Amino acid sequence: MKDNQLAKYIVKRILISVVILFFVALIIYSLMRCLPTSYIEQVAREKSMQPGSKSFEEWMKQLTAMYNMDKGIPEGFIAWLGNMFRGEFGDSWKWTVPVVDKFADTVWVSFAMGAISLVLQVLIAIPLGIIAATKQYSKTDYTISVIALAGISLPTFFFASLMKLVFSVHLGWFDLYGLVGRNYEQLDAFGKLLDKAHHLVMPVTVLTVISIGGLMRHTRTNMLEVLNADYIRTARAKGLSEKSVVYKHAFRNTMIPMVTILGGSLPGLFSGALITETLFGIPGIGYASYHSMISGDIPFSMFYLTFMAVLTLTGNLITDILYAVVDPRVRIS
Amino acid sequence: MAEQMKNEEAFVHNEENILEVNHLKKYFPIKGALGTKRGAVKAVDDVTFSIKKGTTMGLVGESGCGKSTTGRTILRLIEKTDGEVYFNGIDVNKLSKKELRALRTKMQIIFQDPYSSLSPRLPIGEIIGEAVREHGLVPKEELDEYITKVMLSCGLQPYHKDRYPHEFSGGQRQRICIARAIALNPDFIVCDEPVSALDVSIQAQVINLLKDLQDQLGLTYLFISHDLSVVEHISDTVGVMYLGGLVETGATEDIFANPLHPYTKALFSAIPMPDPEIKTDRIILEGSIPSPANPPSGCKFHTRCSECMEICKNKAPEARDMGNGHVVRCHLYDK
Repeated sequence: MKDNQLAKYIVKRILISVVILFFVALIIYSLMRCLPTSYIEQVAREKSMQPGSKSFEEWMKQLTAMYNMDKGIPEGFIAWLGNMFRGEFGDSWKWTVPVVDKFADTVWVSFAMGAISLVLQVLIAIPLGIIAATKQYSKTDYTISVIALAGISLPTFFFASLMKLVFSVHLGWFDLYGLVGRNYEQLDAFGKLLDKAHHLVMPVTVLTVISIGGLMRHTRTNMLEVLNADYIRTARAKGLSEKSVVYKHAFRNTMIPMVTILGGSLPGLFSGALITETLFGIPGIGYASYHSMISGDIPFSMFYLTFMAVLTLTGNLITDILYAVVDPRVRIS
Repeated sequence: MAEQMKNEEAFVHNEENILEVNHLKKYFPIKGALGTKRGAVKAVDDVTFSIKKGTTMGLVGESGCGKSTTGRTILRLIEKTDGEVYFNGIDVNKLSKKELRALRTKMQIIFQDPYSSLSPRLPIGEIIGEAVREHGLVPKEELDEYITKVMLSCGLQPYHKDRYPHEFSGGQRQRICIARAIALNPDFIVCDEPVSALDVSIQAQVINLLKDLQDQLGLTYLFISHDLSVVEHISDTVGVMYLGGLVETGATEDIFANPLHPYTKALFSAIPMPDPEIKTDRIILEGSIPSPANPPSGCKFHTRCSECMEICKNKAPEARDMGNGHVVRCHLYDK
């Protein structure tokens, strides 16, 4: 009975997600078609400039037909949707390889970057949040909170540029751009790994610093709530050590909201960090999609944006299902 | 001041007493803008009493009169502002953190709300045995057996060990809280309204359990409650608190048979009788409790007292022994 209800709930949620996804894709497609930057126009202009070539108008007509852009937005969308269902995502105009290949090439760099920074975030933000909560309203608490807020408030592009100015331009510790150095090809396997790691230090630092604040504030709030509970007073009255009170009794009870938050952020690991990757020239999924979008590469952009929508919906779905498992009241409505 | 000096000099530890509280004060600062101190809530204001080994002292009074704060300050769950607390002749407030932790096994507390005072993520066996293990009271291999023994003595079944607090009813949870406290083999337990969150039929079971345990283990209780019938049933001595201070203390029989302080009289007249035919002469107190941040001058009760005299408004009454340890603070008994 109970499982049946839960299964029904999950099916309902998935169906709703599919409907949402359809409309999201429609909106993205319409927007992409309406962009002022047209890849076809640009290619036609270049071709018509060549000596003895056809006129711009003729090139436009030929290329539009070639790229299947001679239909209106509704017909084009239906055609795109049809291809999608057949698993044909087409070739990227900008990168001139199949969309899926380009995606597979770039996504793992983004994933590695995101995963490393998520681990660092957890390792730094959670202990800081616990310290801030146990020493509420002390100088330590205020210092941690100010640093965390500064991290939240710093715009990525500003902080990244500052890092580059200090560590690349002045100190010369890191390269300004790229995932690999100029001697990459001459290195052995271990050297290659080290080289990549060295180039990832700055982007990962930026990603970590800007997102520590949120998680730290969250830990602090949850800990404060628990630390004021009666059973913490019981634990102290038992004569337990402070360590045992804070970590065994208090922190254990903040784990559930924390796991929900971290679980929800897992799909985001595949979405890449558009601004950071672009600023540091890391060839990840964010970087690739940025360049696709500014050059009007419809197949790749459509694939990336739809993929993002799927990730977001999956994240929400996982969170909702977890809540439903934990709290039966959610299922009834 | 002179009186206080005299009292401090007069304080001598009596071997019969397990707990001696001497001029205990707890003021909570009221903070204004930018952390300036604007005043203090005098939650406990100059409380002196003692409890003999193996007896129960009931502490009664209205909500907000400082009963719970007194209990918690005695155990140093809250740091005192002034005064002394002697536990078996040891000044609790002079102990280091480490010494205090060791002493915690000897003085325990049972809280009012059994729903919030048990950690929801720990199984019952762990809740009961955790501190026993940390303090090393029982050898490791005997711990499980010991927990079973404690649980049985509190009316819990051994198979409850692996269950979590939310699987129990209020009465069972309070039994778990009691088992948790006595597992440490304490000499003294502060019972901070242990039955007021339970319904009446369960109250009786829990109180009888507390009494049985007292007989078996020779425990001493400080029983905080606003339920006078419960206090009369369980206590050997009673202290009546009003606005942070004790107005009357004495043996339970003396106080219930012959209440002296006008506040005690009013309080006792409010005890409900199980017979609707009996007409009680209820003394209805006028007005509300004054703010403990700004207590009235002289006798703190004078604003609501039906017998208020001129002297009450200016001079705080001194403690007066009316015989057999029945102490009252009221100008009516000045000679």
